[in-house]
Amino acid sequence: MNTLNSVLAGTLAFSGLAAPAFAANCPIKVGVLHSLSGTMAISETTLKDTMLMLIEQQNAKGGLLGCDLEAVVVDPASDWPLFAEKARELLSVHEVDVIFGNWTSVSRKSVLPVIEELNGLLFYPVQYEGEESSKNVFYTGAAPNQQAIPATDYFLEELGVEKFALLGTDYVYPRTTNNILESYLKSKDIADADIFVNYTPFGHSDWSKIVADVVALGADGKKVGVISTINGDANIGFYKELAAAGISADDIPVIAFSVGEEELSGLDTSNLVGHLAAWNYFQSAEAEANTSFIEAWKAKMGEERVTNDPMEAHYIGFNMWVNAATAADSTEVDAVRAKMYGQEFPNLTGGTAVMLPNHHLAKPVLIGEIQADGQFDIVSQTAEVPGDAWTDFLPESALLTSDWKDLDCGMYNTETKTCVQTLSNY
Amino acid sequence: MQSAFQKRGASTVIFLTLLVAFTLLVTVLSEGMGIGVISTSFVKTLGKTLCLALVAISMDLVWGYAGILSLGHFAFFGLGGYMIGMWLMYERTREIVVSSLADAPIPPTAQEVSDAIANQIFGVVGSADFPLIWVFADSLLAQLMLVVLVPGVLAGVFGWLAFRSRVAGVYLSILTQAMTLALSLYLFQNDNGLRGNNGLSGLQNLPGLAEVSQALVSVWFLWGAALALGLGYLLAVWVVSGKFGSVLRGIRDDEARVRFLGYPVETYKLVLFTGTACMAGIAGALYYPQAGIINPAEMAPIASIYLAVWVAIGGRGRLYGAVIGAAFVSLVSSWFTGGQAPNVPLGVYTIKWVDWWLVVLGLSFVLVTLFAPKGIGGLFDLLERRTAPDRHGADLGPDQGALREKEASE
Amino acid sequence: MKHLLIAALALAMTSSLARAQEAPIQAILQAQSALIMENSRRTIAPVIAAVSGSGLPQAQDVLQAWQGKKLWQRTTDGLFFRAEKADGATYNLYDFDTRDASGSAPVSDLEQIKPNSGIRALIGSALVQFQLQDADPKRRLAALTSVQRNPSADVLEPLRGSIAAENDPMIRAMKVRAERLLTIAYDADEAARIKAISEMSGDLGVDVRATLNPLLVTRRAVFVGAPPATLNIAEILEPGTSIEVTKAYDMLVEADLAPPRVTEAQVRSALAENAEGGRVGGIPIRQLDDPDMRLRAYAALAAAGSVPPAPGAAQIAQALKAHSIADIYLEPSRIVTDAVSEALGTIALTVGLNQTIDLVLDGLSLTSIYFLAAIGLAITFGVMGVINMAHGEFIMMGAYTGYVVQQIIPNHTASILVAIPVAFAVTFAAGVVMERLVIRWLYNRPLETLLATFGVSIALQQLAKNIFGTQARPLTSPAWLDGALVINDVVAISFIRIAIFVLAVFFLGVYLFIMRRTRLGLETRAVTQNPRMASSMGINLNKVNMLTFGLGSGIAGVAGVAIGLFAKVTSELGSDYIVQSFMTVVVGGVGNIWGTLAGAAMIGFLQKGIEWFNPSNTLAAQTFMIVFIIIFIQFRPRGIIALKGRAAGD
Repeated sequence: MNTLNSVLAGTLAFSGLAAPAFAANCPIKVGVLHSLSGTMAISETTLKDTMLMLIEQQNAKGGLLGCDLEAVVVDPASDWPLFAEKARELLSVHEVDVIFGNWTSVSRKSVLPVIEELNGLLFYPVQYEGEESSKNVFYTGAAPNQQAIPATDYFLEELGVEKFALLGTDYVYPRTTNNILESYLKSKDIADADIFVNYTPFGHSDWSKIVADVVALGADGKKVGVISTINGDANIGFYKELAAAGISADDIPVIAFSVGEEELSGLDTSNLVGHLAAWNYFQSAEAEANTSFIEAWKAKMGEERVTNDPMEAHYIGFNMWVNAATAADSTEVDAVRAKMYGQEFPNLTGGTAVMLPNHHLAKPVLIGEIQADGQFDIVSQTAEVPGDAWTDFLPESALLTSDWKDLDCGMYNTETKTCVQTLSNY
Repeated sequence: MQSAFQKRGASTVIFLTLLVAFTLLVTVLSEGMGIGVISTSFVKTLGKTLCLALVAISMDLVWGYAGILSLGHFAFFGLGGYMIGMWLMYERTREIVVSSLADAPIPPTAQEVSDAIANQIFGVVGSADFPLIWVFADSLLAQLMLVVLVPGVLAGVFGWLAFRSRVAGVYLSILTQAMTLALSLYLFQNDNGLRGNNGLSGLQNLPGLAEVSQALVSVWFLWGAALALGLGYLLAVWVVSGKFGSVLRGIRDDEARVRFLGYPVETYKLVLFTGTACMAGIAGALYYPQAGIINPAEMAPIASIYLAVWVAIGGRGRLYGAVIGAAFVSLVSSWFTGGQAPNVPLGVYTIKWVDWWLVVLGLSFVLVTLFAPKGIGGLFDLLERRTAPDRHGADLGPDQGALREKEASE
Repeated sequence: MKHLLIAALALAMTSSLARAQEAPIQAILQAQSALIMENSRRTIAPVIAAVSGSGLPQAQDVLQAWQGKKLWQRTTDGLFFRAEKADGATYNLYDFDTRDASGSAPVSDLEQIKPNSGIRALIGSALVQFQLQDADPKRRLAALTSVQRNPSADVLEPLRGSIAAENDPMIRAMKVRAERLLTIAYDADEAARIKAISEMSGDLGVDVRATLNPLLVTRRAVFVGAPPATLNIAEILEPGTSIEVTKAYDMLVEADLAPPRVTEAQVRSALAENAEGGRVGGIPIRQLDDPDMRLRAYAALAAAGSVPPAPGAAQIAQALKAHSIADIYLEPSRIVTDAVSEALGTIALTVGLNQTIDLVLDGLSLTSIYFLAAIGLAITFGVMGVINMAHGEFIMMGAYTGYVVQQIIPNHTASILVAIPVAFAVTFAAGVVMERLVIRWLYNRPLETLLATFGVSIALQQLAKNIFGTQARPLTSPAWLDGALVINDVVAISFIRIAIFVLAVFFLGVYLFIMRRTRLGLETRAVTQNPRMASSMGINLNKVNMLTFGLGSGIAGVAGVAIGLFAKVTSELGSDYIVQSFMTVVVGGVGNIWGTLAGAAMIGFLQKGIEWFNPSNTLAAQTFMIVFIIIFIQFRPRGIIALKGRAAGD
């Protein structure tokens, strides 16, 4: 009886702690919503550290609007429902002005309703499958047309690949990306029979059969290329098996969308030299901004640490937000959002990223070959490609467009000239 | 018998009084209906905790009272969530589609509406057709029935197979774990029609109630969860008080003897297993609209193991123990992993609870099982000065945490 | 420094002017400079042709340097050089025409030409004619690889010419094989092709199939009436059976042989366009939510002539009847296509057989991995009856031990040899500690052991994260374990899997030896069967339990090293294997090592078998496997090999 009471009292005290009722204007709070534990911590912890570094640097420059920035870091623990709970906590309890966070699509879909309900502002830094445009989210990672399509073009035109193996981890990003690619390849006169699709679970380690299947694809005399949307740890086993099978990049090139410097640091890359990855950023890009960014990162985190694409996305997103808030002279979400459109900021790889009215960036697409030292040798760099929220290569979404500036709609049907919905699809 | 019921009745009355008081207090302090001391996100956490307490009761019934360590009850919980999620998702999308197609020059056919809904729901995972399993998704009543039926039928079939071939003890535990793993792997596939890894999302937005704020909805769900927990508790008390409960305890303590006494042990186990699965399904159906998203990761084997751990820490074989365990462990966990617990600087090394909480939790399971098999519930025994008889060091029986001494006194 | 640079620059400028006349290859490169710098496979062909067709002796050097990413352009004057890294940021330059060193330049004045692999392949093809007779066998091999990758009719003659002079038997055999394949594909003489086809039929090589299959490529064409007999017809398609009616009709439409079909979307937009005063074709718009009404409205519009009429089913059938659709071989010769089909039929049979062998090897490999992961559990759970949920974490601990050892001993071979006993020792100790502190108190409470060890499991997992971070750690296998044992192009297995297999067999032997031939084994078996009796016979229960548990844990640690070598080392490594391991032991039958082996074999082969049926979805294979196991347990609740008699106990 007494214990029950004390438990109750405890929870009340707890709730009191969780709810500081008022928030002053200073300091300006920046929410960081990245998993620090669980399966995704492997990737997301780096982004949390990036955000802390960026905020530190901004504060050293005098903060924002005369205030210091304060990072509010929470740990959604790779638990998707917890993302929604933590997002709500950030917005309604900590009253942050902006959130930088998420990695997986499912976590983004989880926080979307909360962010839209409470009119928050989220910067999402990872390449994703598109088919979404939320009023409250800025997508600083690549849409499929900024990564998958140019990479496929590179395969078709530069490597002369005629037969495609689309290997992916079984979740939404590979599924949708492969769907888009299948329909894109068909538009390029690649027959159905020349597209092999395979999905494996997260963390898959037994790759011998699949690698053998891919080799066997070459039996009809066409050049085979692998487009890999394999995620995370599973890549290690895949590349090990590929190396063991003695498949050189000249025979069967592999282009990956989820393998960056960070992932390669867990691998001996000497057998993978020549295989490819497509990103908007490589650490090896030669530019002054990049050099100083890498220096700052290594000074903070240690010499052996590497930089990668989502880090650049946060770098651009954060700086754009700072500039937009300065221009709006406020951190209020709608004011900042209005100033975000057309916001420009130099990429780390050279050139300028521009924020488009569909909440995506225009960024260059880079293709790199894996080197023996775990870095990428950039073999192709395009001009800035505007990100496309709704792909042109699927019949249903080809009709849709997103324009939050003039149409004020993220899902606008250009055929019927109506806004399908103003909230996003989750 | 009379006195036994009274004794149990006393704890039931206390529990229900506390539950009502708690619900009212939260309501008064909430943002939606009260003075706003408790944030909406915390109201949701509390509402979800009540649902977890309900599933913990169902776990306690199968494990604490019948000795079946099921590592599959969280799968039933998840299935309940999926069933209600299908309706929520379908209906919300239908509203959007109908309103957007209303402006079209030609009125849409039923097929066009259905295609548009399917495209909205499944476009995310690269498909545009309604799978067969969504056939009832347009009917709230049908899906509500499925909330109970799907876990019930799965548990019934699984239990019938397992109990029939006399799979028991740790074998049964491993088998239920395998079932959970198979189910979550199956749901992870995008082809199965439940959106794979993405699961069903946006469940907190109730169809037709777009104007109602989440602050209010969260309180409604808190009430719903409290009501379900109260009813579930009463049901559980009723079940374990009667002859049925006695037979269950008999099965737990010595299955063979109960069988020799002429009781159909398999039927008892099956009824209990199926019934608690339905109960778990209901808890899940109340939980996921508050969480907002359900996906296969929720049903991973580890979740069911945690469920067992809550019950063990709370105290097996007593219903309020399960409730305390679920509430205490899940709330404390979220406090520590939420980054709210202060770091402990040790000079050379700072203990960050985000990193170290799981280590502490893991070790505390070990300590509880070793030194306090009665769990937190054991504290109440101390309070009531009800101690196990001194048997001069001999074992209390094959299953020490089972509290036979206490029940013998009832 | 600055003066020096300017002087060098001036020197380069004057010399470049003079050189253009007496430097023909540089002149060619200069003429193509823009395209070289564009560096795209689509536009590079003329450059390669210009260099290789120049007839200059230096052409081969240029192409080789280019292919090897050693072609550099000096940005100050635009000249191309072969460059070798000197020291620091300077490169030594070599002139192509004179083949002499021509000074050095800082990297800031140079730009490397990095051909992508598509361009490198083109260069490789162009190099074939130079390299086939090269004195360096490596270059001859490179030329042959290039021929294999990009076969073309041009190289057939040079290749034939080079065979006679070839003195390296291996390269000679490769040349002969390449010549046969090129003959099949490109020889003008039909008889020679048929002969080559029959010679190569039955060969398993992917390259043979890659040569034969393109000869059977067909195109699908529409003909008015029957297709002409002059064509080499593969198949005449029957609408409704071998091709969908709508697809067949759409082909007619595309060939302008029939009026187009009208899709539902077209109907809808036509109706929307022709809506007048709330009605379309006499039907009120609000009734148009019915597909039949829409068709009626459309028919009314068509009758009025405002939209094109939709062809009906009868019309479609008639149109299809009047035409035929056939697949036509691109290869005109009937005899060749017949010979190829026959050869491919023979090959398909051998390929099928070898694929089965490969599948068996894969299954065997998976079996050995599962067995290795489960063998420790077969001891702790199977023999002692202890449910150790932390078993997976012992595997992980072994893998991390391997990683740490590799950090200390950089030699991969030595480090693995050290890592295996160290991993055994570490996990043995961990097992003993856990047994003493936790499990000892719970021997007659199996369900609570499960809980307590689960607690240990999550604590260990998080501890590993705190120590090693969440990033996967590399555990690199020694070089002699790289690569695969290639039996033919279908059957291959990587050495690392063979090593795991050997390790699994070794530990099976260790288990059998310890259990059957040592005192510990005898005592363990005695304790398992009847602890009280064993105790009263003077066996120290505590010691036996401790050692047995340590042994099981130690083997798990060794399994961790093996698994880390073949997959990855992360803190979640253990949890990937724990459920499978338990199932292996349960399915096989508790308390019997052969049962564990049988269980591992069943799970491994089953998984591979299901994967073979459904290659596009590995996840389904795992799901169905588990469902199968659940059902299997119903029929054999005690596993494949059930202990009989008293030892079975409970």
